[in-house]
Amino acid sequence: MQTLVAYVENKPGVLNRVSSLARRLNVNIDSLTVGPTENPEIARMTIVAHTDEKGGHRLEASLEKLVDVLLAENISERALLERDLALIKVLADQQSRPHLMELIKVFRARVVDVAPESLIIEVSGTVEKIDGLLEVLKPFGVLEMARSGRISMTRGGDLLRPPVQTAAASEQPVAAS
Amino acid sequence: MKLTGAEILCESLTQLGVRHIFGYPGGAILPVYDALGKSKLHHVLVRHEQGATHMADGYARASGGIGVAMATSGPGATNMVTGIATAMLDSSPVVCITGQVSSKLLGSDAFQEIDITGITMPITKHNVVVSRVEDIARTVREAFVIANSGRPGPVLVDITKDAQQASCEFDWDAAAPKLPLKRVRNSLDQAEFDRAIELLNNAKRPVILAGRGIILSGAMRAFEQFVRTCNIPVAMTLLGIGCFPASDPMNLGMMGMHGEAWVNHAIQESDLLIAVGMRFDDRVTGDLRTYAKGARKIHIEIDRAEINKNVAVDAALIGDARETLEKLTPHVVNPDRGAWLSHIKELKGDSAVRDIQSLPDNGHLYAAHVINDLWKETRGEAIVVTDVGQHQMWEAQYYHHNRPRTLITSGGLGTMGFALPAAIGAKFANPDSEVWVVVGDGGFQMTMCELATVVQEKINIKIAIINNGYLGMVRQWQEFFYDKRYVATPLVAPDFAALANAFGIRGERITQRGDVLPTIRSARESKETVLIDFRVEQEDSVYPMVPAGASLHEMIRRPNNPLVETAIEP
Repeated sequence: MQTLVAYVENKPGVLNRVSSLARRLNVNIDSLTVGPTENPEIARMTIVAHTDEKGGHRLEASLEKLVDVLLAENISERALLERDLALIKVLADQQSRPHLMELIKVFRARVVDVAPESLIIEVSGTVEKIDGLLEVLKPFGVLEMARSGRISMTRGGDLLRPPVQTAAASEQPVAAS
Repeated sequence: MKLTGAEILCESLTQLGVRHIFGYPGGAILPVYDALGKSKLHHVLVRHEQGATHMADGYARASGGIGVAMATSGPGATNMVTGIATAMLDSSPVVCITGQVSSKLLGSDAFQEIDITGITMPITKHNVVVSRVEDIARTVREAFVIANSGRPGPVLVDITKDAQQASCEFDWDAAAPKLPLKRVRNSLDQAEFDRAIELLNNAKRPVILAGRGIILSGAMRAFEQFVRTCNIPVAMTLLGIGCFPASDPMNLGMMGMHGEAWVNHAIQESDLLIAVGMRFDDRVTGDLRTYAKGARKIHIEIDRAEINKNVAVDAALIGDARETLEKLTPHVVNPDRGAWLSHIKELKGDSAVRDIQSLPDNGHLYAAHVINDLWKETRGEAIVVTDVGQHQMWEAQYYHHNRPRTLITSGGLGTMGFALPAAIGAKFANPDSEVWVVVGDGGFQMTMCELATVVQEKINIKIAIINNGYLGMVRQWQEFFYDKRYVATPLVAPDFAALANAFGIRGERITQRGDVLPTIRSARESKETVLIDFRVEQEDSVYPMVPAGASLHEMIRRPNNPLVETAIEP
């Protein structure tokens, strides 16, 4: 599994180009998240792909060839923080509710919606943590789940920033003859 | 000055230095055609939009500039797909302009509406829909920058009809390209550079693999300097042919599936490969597990995505071929390579006796004779445009190119039907050059409608059809690997000479070896297009051949008599 971060132009069709590229390279995407950055014209993507190191390099280099991708970086081997967010709707009657609350506390999750027969639990953290909570919730009856997909950031002073300003491209004469 | 979008497009193309546009009109691009009529741009009316893209591609390959193709929306645009993919696989800078239905109709399945940017996304370097007149000039300028920068490739600009019809102020300076600022990678890694020099200076049996990147980078002189300095023999990819003179003793010739035995053996026995502007395509490596196992590898390549893709390399020098070679040359030494070079020479001697040129004349006309005579008669100076298949490989083997951009052929995609339209484009790029189409009877029938374009444009090209009555390369595979079950490869063709006459073109038919030279001579003397139908041996095969997936050294060698001896099963 390879994790890549990409800064892309925040405009229609870019997500399509990125996913189309992964398909063309025969790489299965495990999760792809995209959101705006502090600069509204630039979006940031975290791509988690089912591939090896060689495939990760090819994906990174190929992404950077796309005109709308400003920077792509394979951060799989770097010290990084990753977060996934999940909303889990679980069956909760009078009997199971106290037990559920215990588990939620242990996983540092929280209840964001309460209904007579169910609860919605919000949990964020690593994929393993969320998978862990899900595992223990299954016996109670998981009715529905939504996950955000992973976002990742390298730790400490290891910065991944998008380039700024617009480049003045040089034009070359068309016909040599 | 207020101009319509269509006028802005024509004005922008003119300012960018475009002189010829290869295209076909239709409803959604009509405003542009109206403006074209008032401009100084020369429009070449093709007979099928695939031809337009191949012509633009041929123009780009022959000139080193950018070729421009134009078509209407819907079927006009989809007909371009094969040509765009051809340009993509061979890194050819082509700009395709398509008309699109009006922006208010987008997404409504309007008449001749098709999502051409969606369709061409994987086969273009970039594509874009323009639906505002204000964006046309800038977008077209950006398309030209993208097409010809870095590793070149095709760019498609899809312009809605309402954007072509609307007007706005035309300000060339304000429409300067504004491409997103990309992270600039420090392309040449010093550690990799040092490692490359160490490998180069310690190699005992090195071989250079020269690809099209050298031509695209204009690195021919730097490359020659490099070869002279380090005294290393050169093997060429199909698309690299011409980047280094075939007449040079250091040039071994083409490598790969139909490369000569000594070339492939030299690669397999080498201790260092220096790949320049090539991408280790499966047609040049054969089985990767056994490919040049004893060799370390240096890869000089502008596209990072090609590094370690097929072959793991020991030193990757990412960047422009010319710049990289110029940096490398001062650091390399020129050791005595006598033993290695004479070993290769021995391998060569073994092959020469099997060459068809060395066989006595038994009355049969072989394609190799035609190509060899054409080479001799044109002194290797014509621009030869080939299609795909047996004739393409024979041309690569028997026509010895000394200059870059004189062999134009569809390599990566292997597109049948490429030759005739690409030759038309090449002729427009080099009106004073002699242009020969070398094409099979199968491929020619795919785009022979462009003969009408030749006539309408009054251009002078020479067409040599290598006619064996089969889809020859496929038949060869059926002979070798499918027990001679010739399914769907015997091919009926019209009388090509009569067909040429119907178009108003002089046509000849040649069946005897002795008639080849005089006919080529007389065709060259003509100031008009001449088509020659060479009826060659029907079941001749291209040798040597590395069967697909076999090791590079496991070649089916030339039999001593191609008609008597059959190839050994691999």
